[in-house]
Amino acid sequence: MTLAAGSASTGPHIAVLLIELGAILFGLGILGRLAKRLRLPVIPLYLLAGLAFGQGGVLNLSASENFISVAANIGVILLLVMLGLEYSATELISSLRVQAPVGLIDGLLNAIPGAAVALLAGWGATAAVALAGITWVSSSGVIAKTLNDLGRLGNRETPTILGVLVIEDLAMAIYLPLLTALLAAGGALSVLIAVLIAVGTVAVVLVAATRFGEQITALVSAKDPESLLLGMFGLTLLVAGVAEQLKVSAAVGAFLVGIAVSGSVAETAVEVLTPLRDLFAAAFFVFFGLSTKPGLLLGVLPLALLLTLICSSTKIATGYIAARRSGIGRRGRWRTAVALIPRGEFSVVVAALAVGAGAEAELGPLTACFVLLTIGLGALVNRLPDRLRPQPSHR
Amino acid sequence: MKTSNDHVEHIDIISRALPGIGICQELELRSGRRIGIVTRRDGLRDLVIYDAEDPDAARDQVELSEDEAGAVAEILGATQLVVQLSALQRQATGLHVEQLPIPANSPFAGRTLGDTQTRTRTGASIVAVIRQGSATPSPGPEFGLQSEDLVVVVGTEEAIDQVAAILDGKTG
Repeated sequence: MTLAAGSASTGPHIAVLLIELGAILFGLGILGRLAKRLRLPVIPLYLLAGLAFGQGGVLNLSASENFISVAANIGVILLLVMLGLEYSATELISSLRVQAPVGLIDGLLNAIPGAAVALLAGWGATAAVALAGITWVSSSGVIAKTLNDLGRLGNRETPTILGVLVIEDLAMAIYLPLLTALLAAGGALSVLIAVLIAVGTVAVVLVAATRFGEQITALVSAKDPESLLLGMFGLTLLVAGVAEQLKVSAAVGAFLVGIAVSGSVAETAVEVLTPLRDLFAAAFFVFFGLSTKPGLLLGVLPLALLLTLICSSTKIATGYIAARRSGIGRRGRWRTAVALIPRGEFSVVVAALAVGAGAEAELGPLTACFVLLTIGLGALVNRLPDRLRPQPSHR
Repeated sequence: MKTSNDHVEHIDIISRALPGIGICQELELRSGRRIGIVTRRDGLRDLVIYDAEDPDAARDQVELSEDEAGAVAEILGATQLVVQLSALQRQATGLHVEQLPIPANSPFAGRTLGDTQTRTRTGASIVAVIRQGSATPSPGPEFGLQSEDLVVVVGTEEAIDQVAAILDGKTG
């Protein structure tokens, strides 16, 4: 009864909200089908949709912006918890062992250009750290999809490519708390404490997940999918919230929950959470586009082109070195090199965090531009290594 | 067990973990060509045919659903068993081949093949174990049995009956 009364009083508002939300989601559904037909990753299309409807864009959304903003936050959390669920703690540790030197090269080659560009643009140290993260991390989502679409899952260089992605994701668990602490404008001490807490938590969770994975998993273990969905989603939000309160960043908390849960529960959790992730992550990308003024895109385009040029070259170098180190042949090295170019969800997460906390506002449009350009470039050049030799006739 | 399988060449299978996706198993054939199977977390398989010129690259990748993969495994596994069976029966008359299930209440579900001591006790040999459509030929004594496995037994009719009784937990 109270529910009915409540909704009656906000009737017109609810109607507008529902219409706006419905229109957005329906539109995204069509975009998703288009992306599938064109064999393109869907992230750039979501971003473009957000840009089109955002401030000063084609259409104005007023009623649903608050709702989408909350949904966007949940989207980040779900993106990260699914990432954690996809990798088991043992996979992370073995990747770390084998790929640590590559991870270091990757970090240095790709973070430094971002930091340098931000410093040269006079945006200050915090923006430099943010842009370093934006240019550093390749998009696991886009790259895994491309490898699948191009039929390269069986290729010998594929574990090397995935290995680099795993290391980057693990590095984010240290990087995000550092950025969060910097953005909170704490002194050197609070930044140091945040990073120490993060390193400590990651280490504890990795060890705990390998030793006591079953017990941790039992916390949400349930035979029926419905209670698993609620339990897993609830636990994730809870830990993410606590992590945010401790200034370790909600995203990292969610990632660690994903790592700690293992076995068959993790498999079922992936199944039940995937539709939720798809929904809320779409909201996240659209919201990022919405909150970016399309008019600013043109202004940052030269800088974005420069960043794309530099940071694609550095990724190519990273991939080539990584593949050579794994004993991959020359053609495989080039495939690895260009596979790593696309940036995506992480760059957007970092930019959203930074802009939300009041760092240089141009980071938003710059990241949108940079992500679109690297994904576009990646989609083009990733098809090249196959084109350069005669195709088998049976294709 | 060994003697009946000596003609089977040892095949090296290279496994590569694909973090976040699953596992890729690659094997080189006598012809020099290489094929691979990608097993994904969600149960999908991909049959991969490698390029003859670029050893790192897949020339083609064909996606198989769990059912389709099972059907392919059954076809391949069945022909192999038929070939082995006819070869065996040519060599020795009175020899039978049978597939026996490990029931859920079997005392050997969760124990090793060696624990069953079927060879010593009956004279019959377990030459393969089939689990979820894929066969492990010549399993060693340390091979762990699970309920719903199928064991392929070679021996006299009487010995095979005895093996069935042992696996069902009806004798000693």
